[in-house]
Amino acid sequence: MAWVNQDKCAIVGVGATDYYVRGKSWPRTINDMAAEAIMNACADAGISHKQIDGFSYYSTAGAGYLDKFDTASLMETLGMPHISWSATLTSGGGGCPGAIGLATAGLMNEDCTYTVTLMALQQLPQHRLGVVFGAAAPNPENSFLQPSGLVGPGHLMSVLARRHMHLYGTTQDAFGEVVMATRANTHNRPKAVRKDPLTKEQYDASVMLADPLRRLDFCLETDGAVAVITTTMDRAKDCRHKPAVVHAAAHGGQREWGRAFAWMGMPDPHFASSGHKFTADRVWAQSGLTAKDMDVALIYDHFSPMVLMQLEDYGFCEKGEGNEYVLSGKLRYDPATGKGVNGGVPVNTHGGNLNEAYIIGMTHIVEGVEQVRGTAINQVKDAEFALVSGGPASLPVSSLILRKD
Amino acid sequence: MTYGPARALPGDQIRITTNPDTEPFWQAAKEGRLTACQCGDCGHFRMPPTAICPECGSRAKNWPTLPGTATVFSFAICNKNPKNGEDYVYVPVVVDLDGAPGTRLNANVSGCDAEDVHIGMKVSVDWTPIQDGWVLPNFKA
Ligand SMILES: [Zn+2]
Repeated sequence: MAWVNQDKCAIVGVGATDYYVRGKSWPRTINDMAAEAIMNACADAGISHKQIDGFSYYSTAGAGYLDKFDTASLMETLGMPHISWSATLTSGGGGCPGAIGLATAGLMNEDCTYTVTLMALQQLPQHRLGVVFGAAAPNPENSFLQPSGLVGPGHLMSVLARRHMHLYGTTQDAFGEVVMATRANTHNRPKAVRKDPLTKEQYDASVMLADPLRRLDFCLETDGAVAVITTTMDRAKDCRHKPAVVHAAAHGGQREWGRAFAWMGMPDPHFASSGHKFTADRVWAQSGLTAKDMDVALIYDHFSPMVLMQLEDYGFCEKGEGNEYVLSGKLRYDPATGKGVNGGVPVNTHGGNLNEAYIIGMTHIVEGVEQVRGTAINQVKDAEFALVSGGPASLPVSSLILRKD
Repeated sequence: MTYGPARALPGDQIRITTNPDTEPFWQAAKEGRLTACQCGDCGHFRMPPTAICPECGSRAKNWPTLPGTATVFSFAICNKNPKNGEDYVYVPVVVDLDGAPGTRLNANVSGCDAEDVHIGMKVSVDWTPIQDGWVLPNFKA
């Protein structure tokens, strides 16, 4: 059944800071970067930052584990006269597109008029996202994981990837193709961190960090901030750009994905998956669409195998066929035609977390907006629908479909 | 790739904490007894131990002694000690526990070369003393 809030709200503004290699943003503070991203997003929308009256966050309004920002300090920083909506999607980075659904809830409830969704990330030496699990004090739950030395997100993902390889014959070559296909989209992006062309030889020479995953299978470690403004369609008509219409938004997950990062108890076939099947099914049911209807897919790519597994969970290919789908080049964007390759849907036309920047999924939302506006650097021809995903991570994970107005 | 012998992480670098739901598992480990949390009413196993059976809602728990054998479900090969970054080959494994259907442990495996670890491999429990007098179940090939 179609989502009751379908096409009633839109993203009208996107804004970001520069992207910095981990730790290089200092002496800027996290509030400085957050505020700049918000003000840039407001300028993009053509509104004043003092018109914002709602916050819709994920990941505990911060990277979840690192330096935090919050509604009170942002209100003070930006001089907002009042707010009437402040809500957070629980769990971690898997909630980023789901936070747009949360914004929609506030807007449709007439609690607020312009809602900002934000991530600001600063990884100083004492706060490095990639090692926080391992550095965390032992607690009764992580005492069943930490002693194994599965201390970083990449370690955890490598175990899932290994099982996928075992069950379906998936190869490291496919992980490499995810990295190369998305790297090919950053050479023309001024702010991208990794812009040089990547060969298979270079990928194969990349140091093995958690076998079967190489350094290049890991996303970037980046500092910076990204903000997006969501409002109702009637207000969106008065904004500067064409609205990126919120066509469907879902978050959640099913019990078989379990505690995911915090434990490895998931049964097959969920173990060798991205844990997205539930939200994928929901977002397709809400929209009446399928993967094949998407013109572009912005897939959360903290680790390359998880792109392959999401392509399966969203139905771009069948479960277990991700290896073949990826290796046939179907992730690639062809600049000559502005379309996909070999009948595929272009993935991460902005380069993703692996190559452009890792602001915990927010850059994927920005790219989705620009694609349906028709202003993307690597514009997909006649892009009408863009899928944005958040996670795999602990539940909830989330999905968003943006539509051209 | 060739990694050479898989070694468990040094026990003196490992600390755990417990709560009333998990403590019986670790007390049993101190006695060299591998157990898992079993519902006292419906018999369903769950790990890590939690307050309430997710199947039937019961708070009753059993802590049966398991055979101490397991099967490798998946694994990674890591080559840096997470505490100090030094070169150190270890193999985190996720194992299915014999005698407690549906339960797993995350551990290290030793007694073979890292590159010889494989899914489906049979392993048996191997106790590693860790900080504060606790004992950690690892596995050997
Ligand atoms: Zn029970």
